Order: sequence, then C-alpha cells, then structure tokens
Amino acid sequence: MTLFFKFDFNAICQIVLEQTLKDNDIKYKLVGFGEIEVLEKLTSDKQATLQAALDKYQIEIVENQKSILVQKIKDTIIDMVFNEDTVVNVKSSVYLADTLGHSYGYLSNLFSEVTYTSIENFIILQKIEYAKQLVIKQDLSLTEIAFRLNYSSVAHLSTQFKNTTGITPSAFQRIIAKRKAFNQDNNQD
Amino acid sequence: MQEDYINITLADDDEDDRLFFTDAFDEIKITTRVKTFNDGVYLMDYLNSKDATLPNVLFLDLNMPRKSGLECLKEIKQNPKFKDIAIAIYSTSASEEDIENTFVQGANIYIKKPSDFKTLKKVLSEVVTINWQYHTNSMNKDNFLLRF
Repeated sequence: MTLFFKFDFNAICQIVLEQTLKDNDIKYKLVGFGEIEVLEKLTSDKQATLQAALDKYQIEIVENQKSILVQKIKDTIIDMVFNEDTVVNVKSSVYLADTLGHSYGYLSNLFSEVTYTSIENFIILQKIEYAKQLVIKQDLSLTEIAFRLNYSSVAHLSTQFKNTTGITPSAFQRIIAKRKAFNQDNNQD
Repeated sequence: MQEDYINITLADDDEDDRLFFTDAFDEIKITTRVKTFNDGVYLMDYLNSKDATLPNVLFLDLNMPRKSGLECLKEIKQNPKFKDIAIAIYSTSASEEDIENTFVQGANIYIKKPSDFKTLKKVLSEVVTINWQYHTNSMNKDNFLLRF
C-alpha cells in the first residue's frame, strides 16, 4: 500500500521553529513569514545554541552584516552618551572608528544609508534624550547637566535642546510635570 | 526586521490641507502610506473598527466639526490599544496655551501648519525621521516631545 501526502512547508517550519524556541527557553512572538520577534535580549551564546539546534533542519538565522554594524555603531554611541564610566577623550568620530575598526567615512555613509539620519544627528538626539531624563529628575541644575554631557556651556545645551525638540529645557520640565499630575487626576476619576 | 514603510494618518476637515499633506509625503525620502479622514468622527470610527491598520504617526487638526482634535486625543489616550501611536497636533493655532495643553494631554508633536509647501515637506520629513528613531531604537516615548 502506498500513501500520498500533501505538505504545507510553512506550517512545518513554523512548528519546528516554535518548538526549538520553546526548548531553548526563549520568549518570542511570531511576526509571520520567517520573522520572529525575540522578546528578550539574546546573548551571543544563547543565539549560538539556538542556531546549533536549528542546524539539523537546515534553518539558518539570517544576519545582515550592514544592519549588524549599524547596530554596533548605535550601541557604541549610546554607551558613549549614557554610560558615565565610558570616558571619551577624543572626538566621537575617532572614537567610533577606533572602537569599530572601520574608517569614519565608511561608518558614516553606511549609517546614513540604513537609518535615514546621520551619525552626528544620532549623537545629538541621544545626548538630548539623556538631558531630558536628567531634566525630569530635577535633582541637577542645567549647568551640571551641561557639564555631564560635555557641553561647553549651558547656552550651548539649551540651544541644542531647543533646536532638536522645539522646546526649551524648562518648558520640557514643566510639561512633563503637568502631564504626570494630569494623568494622576484622570486615574483617580 | 523593520517594516519598510511608515503608516501615517491625518484627520483634517480642510480639503486643501489634506491634499498638501499627502503631496508632501509623496516627495519625502522615507516611504509612507498615508490615509486621511475628513473629521474626528470618521477617524475614530476607523481606529475603533476591528480591522483598522493603526498608524505609526497620527496627525490631528484641532478645529474640526463634529469631533475636535482634542476630543480625539482624549479618546485615544484613554484606550491602551492606541498606546504605540505617536500623536501630532497639526493646527493653524500657535497659542502657547493650546500647545502646552495638548502636550500635557499626551500629544507628542505640535506642528503649526506651515504657510508654504517647501517648509511643510521639511517639517513632515523631520517628524517622520525622528519618530522612526524612537520606533527603531526603543527610545522612551514618554519623553517624545517635538514642536515646529
């Protein structure tokens, strides 16, 4: 007797993937069609184990070299801005080139191509994000914040804050405080 | 990976403004899909419908018949389903009171409608680019305030 089968490859691959992710204790969300959102930070060890488990099915984690390098640029910038233990005594262009082992020109072109913004703008955006966090906490003066973020003066920080957000640091502080009060009032109703 | 276009929605009762708005997005670098509604009632009916595609950025005119932008903002902020939408107020008014009030009630962006097309293109392009950064870098949306 011969039996004939009809397969749905997508369904099979999905079951294999889901099972392997579960076996490896990885929290995930199916986005569809070969795309899975991992809901936790995947260490490179864990990713290697996952890849090894998928090898026998010849399923491969696709990694785009360009987007990986862009992510490294972003991580380096965020570390440079937010981590006060990372002391950078050189210009950020030199620092990025040295840390990542590529010329700044190459990094800068790649970054603009993938992210719709330049490295310079990304650094400013992140610095202002950090400034926002410090402004909201209200325990530092603007002078201290400017110093921490390596601005030459308060005026320079305020100008860049205003240019980036359209709002002055003090208006930002006021709005966020009012919004908190507003949300609290609403939740009490 | 990331989707390769951004969903934009606008509610504005002025036909010319809607037209300028969609034309401006046709000319900017980031690929967008733009949907427009003639007033707040049409907008909210759509957003609340089961198969609505929720926008990444929602632009609200403040003065609209039937349901104003501010009323839409309030409804949207009360519904957790809409928490990922960045809200841009798109208005002819530039009164400091209006601006601060909408920010306090949860708007992320305030744009005073520019009087020329070139500026409009530039502003919308910046809004989408910055929103893209927040979106792709998991930045804290609570601190996302932007004013033009």
